[in-house]
Amino acid sequence: MLLLAVRFEFKQAVEQSVTIGVESFGVTALTSFFTGMVLALQAGNTIDSIFGDPIFVGTIVTFSLIRELGPVLTSVVVSGRAGAAVTAQIGTMAVTEQIDALYTLGTNPIRYLVIPRMVGFVFTMPILTLFSNLFGVLGGYFVAVYALGVPGEIYMTDITSFMGAKDFMHGFIKSFAFAFMVGTVCCYKGISTRGGAEGVGKSTTGAVVTTMPF
Amino acid sequence: MIEIINLQKDFGEKKVLKKVNLKIEEGKVTCILGGSGSGKSTLIKCLIRLEDPTDGKIIVNGKDISRLKSEIKMAAIRRHFGYLFQEGALFDSMTVGENVTFGLKYLTNVPESDYPKIIKEKLALVGLTEDVAKLNPSELSGGMKKRVSLARVLAVNPKVILYDEPTTGLDPIMSDIISDLILDLKAKLGVTSVVITHDMHSAFKIADYIAFLYEGQILLYGTPEEFRKTDNPYVKQFVAGSSHGPIQMKLMKD
Repeated sequence: MLLLAVRFEFKQAVEQSVTIGVESFGVTALTSFFTGMVLALQAGNTIDSIFGDPIFVGTIVTFSLIRELGPVLTSVVVSGRAGAAVTAQIGTMAVTEQIDALYTLGTNPIRYLVIPRMVGFVFTMPILTLFSNLFGVLGGYFVAVYALGVPGEIYMTDITSFMGAKDFMHGFIKSFAFAFMVGTVCCYKGISTRGGAEGVGKSTTGAVVTTMPF
Repeated sequence: MIEIINLQKDFGEKKVLKKVNLKIEEGKVTCILGGSGSGKSTLIKCLIRLEDPTDGKIIVNGKDISRLKSEIKMAAIRRHFGYLFQEGALFDSMTVGENVTFGLKYLTNVPESDYPKIIKEKLALVGLTEDVAKLNPSELSGGMKKRVSLARVLAVNPKVILYDEPTTGLDPIMSDIISDLILDLKAKLGVTSVVITHDMHSAFKIADYIAFLYEGQILLYGTPEEFRKTDNPYVKQFVAGSSHGPIQMKLMKD
C-alpha cells in the first residue's frame, strides 16, 4: 500500500500540461507575432537607411527570435499567465490548510501539486517556444513582404542559408532551463505562502518578479 | 494510546508550547481548552507532525514519533489519524464526492467502483444526503463544509480523530449537532477523539477528559466534573467566560 505513496501523478501532470499550454498559447503567439513585426520593421528601416536596401531582414528576425527572444518572451508570458496562477492556487491551498490536509490524507504536496506542475512547465514551455518562434517569424514575414517590399522567397532564403541546427538547439535548450526555473520559483512561492489573502497576493507578485530578471 | 511527554515548540524566539505532558485515553473524548493563541492548534499539529516539535516526545502505540524523518514512515503513522480542520480545508478544485474519497486513493486499496457506496454511507453518517456529492465546496454553508470534511475524515476509518475547533463559527444549533456527531462516532465506531475548543458548552457535553492549556502549559487535566469544581482561578475564569480574573490581569501586565 505504501508503494502507492511514490507513484507518479500522471493524470495531474497531463491536466497541468494542458492547462499551462492552453492558458499561455494565445498570449505567447500574439506577443511573438508583434515582436517579429517590430523587429522586421526596425531592422529593415535601419538597414535600408545604411545600404539602401532592406537586406537580411529574415536572418535578423529569425536569429534574434530563435536564439534569444523566443525563449525569453515565452518564459515571461508563461510566468505572468500560468506561473502566477500556479502560485496563487498553491498559495491559497497553503493558507486554507489544504496543504496540511493533503499530508493527513496520505499524500505529499510535492508529489501531488509540485511535480505535476513542474512536468507541465518543462513539457509545454519548449513547445510554446517553438510556436513563439514560428509566429514571430511570421510577423516578420508580413512586415518584410508587405511593408518593406522584400520578396517572400528572399525572406525565407535569408533564414535557411544562415540558420543551423546549433542555433535552433541553443534556444531550445534555453527554453528547458527557463521552464524549470519558472516552475520551481512559482511552486516554491506558492507552497511557502503564509498570511491569508495578503500573503497570496505577495507570493504571486513575488513569483513573477523573481522570474523576470532571469 | 497517545502520550505527550515534555513537548516543546518554539517559533523563533516565541515559545508556544513549554513542556506539555498529556495522555490521550483510547476510545475517549479528550477536549483541549484554551484561549486564542494558547498553542492548542500547534499541539495537535505536532501530534501528527504537521509541525515539528522543538523538543520532547510523542509516543503513539509505544513508538516515539517526534523525531521520525522518513516521509513514508510518517505517512504510515498518519494513516491512523483523521484531522478535521478549522475551516474544513476541503479541496476547492474537487466536488464534495471527490473530496470524501480523496484519502481512499492514497491510504487504502478500496476499488473505485466502491466509491459511490462509500460517499453515500459517509455523508449519511454526518447527516447529509448523496445529492451534496455533486456540489462544489464553495456552494456549501459553514456547517455543511465541516460535516463534509468530517465525512472525508471518516472515509478512511481512522482510529483517532483530531478536531480543530469543530464548533467555531457555527450557530448554536449547528454546534450542538456537531457535538452530537462527535459523541455518535465515539459510540458507534469507538474512535479516540481529541477536540480543541473554546466552546465550554460543547466541551462539557462531549468530553470524558479536559485539559486546560494556558501559555503553552497544561494547567489542569481532569474530568468535566473536576473542572466544574476546581479552585484554579485561571480555569474558573475561563469556564465562567469572564473578562475579570487572572487571565485578564496577566494580559494587562504584558
